[in-house]
Amino acid sequence: MKLKYLLYSFLFLLLINLSVSQLSVKFEKFTLPNGLTVILHEDHTLPTATANIWYHVGSGNEKPGRTGFAHLFEHLMFMGSKNVPVGKFDEWLEAAGGDNNGSTSSDRTNYWENFPSSALDLTLFLESDRDGYLVDVMTPEKVDAQRDVVKNERRQSYENRPYGMSSIVIGENLFPPDHPYHWPTIGSQEDLSAASFEDVVEFFKKYYVPNNASFVVAGDIDPVKTKELITKWFSDVPKGKPVMPIQQPVAYLTEEKRVVLEDKVQLPRLYINWITPKHFSPGDAELDILANVLAGGKNSRLYKRLVYDLQIAQDVSAYQDASMLTSVFSIVVTARSGHTLTELEKIVREEINKVKNETPSLREVQRAVNQYEVSFLMRMERVGGFGGKADLLNDYYVETGNPDYFNEDLARYKALTPDDIQSVAQTYLRDDGDVVLSIVPQGKKELAVPEKGDK
Amino acid sequence: MQKSKVKSKNVILSVAKDLIIGLGIVLLLVTFSYSQVPDRSKPPELGPPPSMNLPAIQHLKLSNGISVVLMEKHQVPLVEVDLLIKAGMVNDPKDKPGLASVTTSMMEEGAGTRNALELADAIDFLGANISAFAGWHTAGVSMFTPLSKLDDALALFGDMCLRPTFPIEELERNRKERLTTLMQWHDEPRAIASVHFSKTLYGNNHPYGKPTIGNEKSIRAFKVEDLKKFYQTYFGPGNASLIVVGDISPEAILPKLEAIFGKWEGGKVEQQTFPKAVQVKERAIYLIDKPGAPQSEIRIGRIGIDRMTDDYYALRVMNTILGGSFSSRLNQNLRELHGYTYGASSNFDFRMMPGPFLAGSAVQTAVTDSALFQFFFELNRILEPVSDDELTRAKNYLTLRYPESFQTVQQIAGQLADIVVYNLPDDYFNNFTKNILTVTKEDVQRVAKKYIEPKKVSIIVVGDRKTIEKSVSKLKYGKIKNLTIDDVLGKAPVLEK
Repeated sequence: MKLKYLLYSFLFLLLINLSVSQLSVKFEKFTLPNGLTVILHEDHTLPTATANIWYHVGSGNEKPGRTGFAHLFEHLMFMGSKNVPVGKFDEWLEAAGGDNNGSTSSDRTNYWENFPSSALDLTLFLESDRDGYLVDVMTPEKVDAQRDVVKNERRQSYENRPYGMSSIVIGENLFPPDHPYHWPTIGSQEDLSAASFEDVVEFFKKYYVPNNASFVVAGDIDPVKTKELITKWFSDVPKGKPVMPIQQPVAYLTEEKRVVLEDKVQLPRLYINWITPKHFSPGDAELDILANVLAGGKNSRLYKRLVYDLQIAQDVSAYQDASMLTSVFSIVVTARSGHTLTELEKIVREEINKVKNETPSLREVQRAVNQYEVSFLMRMERVGGFGGKADLLNDYYVETGNPDYFNEDLARYKALTPDDIQSVAQTYLRDDGDVVLSIVPQGKKELAVPEKGDK
Repeated sequence: MQKSKVKSKNVILSVAKDLIIGLGIVLLLVTFSYSQVPDRSKPPELGPPPSMNLPAIQHLKLSNGISVVLMEKHQVPLVEVDLLIKAGMVNDPKDKPGLASVTTSMMEEGAGTRNALELADAIDFLGANISAFAGWHTAGVSMFTPLSKLDDALALFGDMCLRPTFPIEELERNRKERLTTLMQWHDEPRAIASVHFSKTLYGNNHPYGKPTIGNEKSIRAFKVEDLKKFYQTYFGPGNASLIVVGDISPEAILPKLEAIFGKWEGGKVEQQTFPKAVQVKERAIYLIDKPGAPQSEIRIGRIGIDRMTDDYYALRVMNTILGGSFSSRLNQNLRELHGYTYGASSNFDFRMMPGPFLAGSAVQTAVTDSALFQFFFELNRILEPVSDDELTRAKNYLTLRYPESFQTVQQIAGQLADIVVYNLPDDYFNNFTKNILTVTKEDVQRVAKKYIEPKKVSIIVVGDRKTIEKSVSKLKYGKIKNLTIDDVLGKAPVLEK
């Protein structure tokens, strides 16, 4: 056993040495007197650049009765500010060849503008004006307009989508009511209706302050000139009170919860979910690789068994959804017609137990790590947008303090051994602490996994 | 408080400006403080538009005549190589819809000496991605790999392109998967709307009218021989090109491609001709009932025009104004002004033959009629002259962000594929901006009138009939044809156990 292990380690090292070089994203970081952290990165491949700002506030900071507010607020950030009339943020930027978007998670809210390098000054004006002077011209009518848009986003992305309510139900059952991940980022229709103009002003003054943000400008830029312009546009944005990070005791489940939901769907779908370690903490990368071993590609354990060999499932996926307070590991399987979720669950549990009882093969772990390695190379190709280099520099800065954490992040995966993967399966994929959701066609509860005790 | 702070700075500024005259030392200080205080009274001027310097498109040839189109991109050690075949879903035999799609997906299910699992394992282990595809007029295999694994990846790519095995047991598996997908479409309002949109516009006799993955009957009937025949007919050097993008030189890649494809034999394939699609003559509403749906999926459109049209640039500008960007009229009206939806847009799908023009959105059920009214308000308004400001904005939007379409090796490969498929000149990318900038207001109005006839469109609504039918009929936009989801998709297939 020992000898075999040594041999494996040798092969492992050899394989790694065959592969890609060091990743490095050079950056310059400085902080304005008002507390805004700024990170610059040059990439002159194309004559375009990007501005990317993260506010360290998400749905996790919402107060009771106002779920969905952080995301509604994100929409309001595009509704004009003191010196930018309503509609002009998008219009002026698009007229300059730019593009923009924003997103909200439980932990943070981010915004980016991709633009031709000729529009740097304009972009910084637009971004700084809403960062400093959004509420000066906020009105109840603007809140109402985006409230309707967000309610339609909820209808489109959740209510009118098959299996669309799954993530909401899973969060509610995994986390206790006072946990920031208990409620969904999109919020409830009632709470969206309740959000008021006063809430907007309060939220802006509390969270949308430069000392609670980090700002990356990257791409075809001259760093000296860019630094000057950022200083010019952002220095008058007033500093706010310090924002304390959320203090939250680690959530864990002491029992298995089984939930059944009926939906307008043809086929039943099973979701098994566990609470797992937060992003970048020990166990997080291991669980990414475990997800790949279980359901990444034709040769993965669950795909091969359920979809390829037995052909009783239409699809299967597994993923570690990593967040800043804690993460969620999920396995999702859709049954083929004529098959029940009980059948599927039995096999999923068998396969999980196999990983727990027997170290995965070196090849399947290395196969997963190799795929991660290429995904890191792909991250070097885009500068702007979600998941571009600027967004990642910001994410790494926020979560680790080091914007250029690319190598360290990749190294987490490259260091893994099959034993590590087995170990996280044993520790986290417990069968007495998970949430099992069955979504079944209306009137067909018999296709769900049985209540606990009926097993 | 914020206001007073800004004000006080302005005061200091104006005082300082007065002092500039005659005081050299103060001037320095003042200039510095001036540069630190932003003038927010108007948006800053834009710099001169930057120029895009793409690497050259290189044309190479293998000994058997296969053309290789290459663009070097050395920033990241990645390589994309695509085999592009000039045949696709339009070449499905009339009684075998879905054949191109099933043939290409089966090329991933075993090749050379490897069965489906071995092939997938070998590809995944490299961290590469090698997959086969079928579009309307193209099919092929695309390969994406880290440079360090290029040789291994090319060997697998060669097997998939040249030696697919089409195992019967994999076809049976693929069949079940497809039938289940057809079944799942019954849940998806977007899939239902888009299937019916194509069917209504193009009918049963035109290839664009058919569901791309096949129908229940054809899926159940496919034989291995059908797949082999499709593959042998269309996959050959006379019908193929190779696209290469990434961290590689022509000297390095050409011998490798020659070794794999140089001895491939096969004649040229005659391009098939297809019946001309019949344009929508009369406006009609197809109301597909999805009881209890919180939103209605709306699709409005007609047959547009092909990619080679001289009106291409004018249409791009016109559509950007109508529904091709966030600040377009449709999105501003339906989303920002009225809050009916999370987004509304329009698009011309340019293909080898005239593809559809489509405007669409998902709107809250209760406002379905109002949303339709606003759609037609905008479809009519675009027939009037647009403002100079809108024209300039749209042209800038298209041209200044154009470089963003050349970021990744995969994006660039897609751009080069367009050059090959539509036979565009090599200076196409570099002339794009010039061609967009020559579009005039008159051009925009002319193409709007030519291609958007609001009284000759099909309207598809997938939604809750009992809530919306009455109010929609009051709009008098045309006869309402009530349909069920089964009318559109057929009964959901049932799999034998």
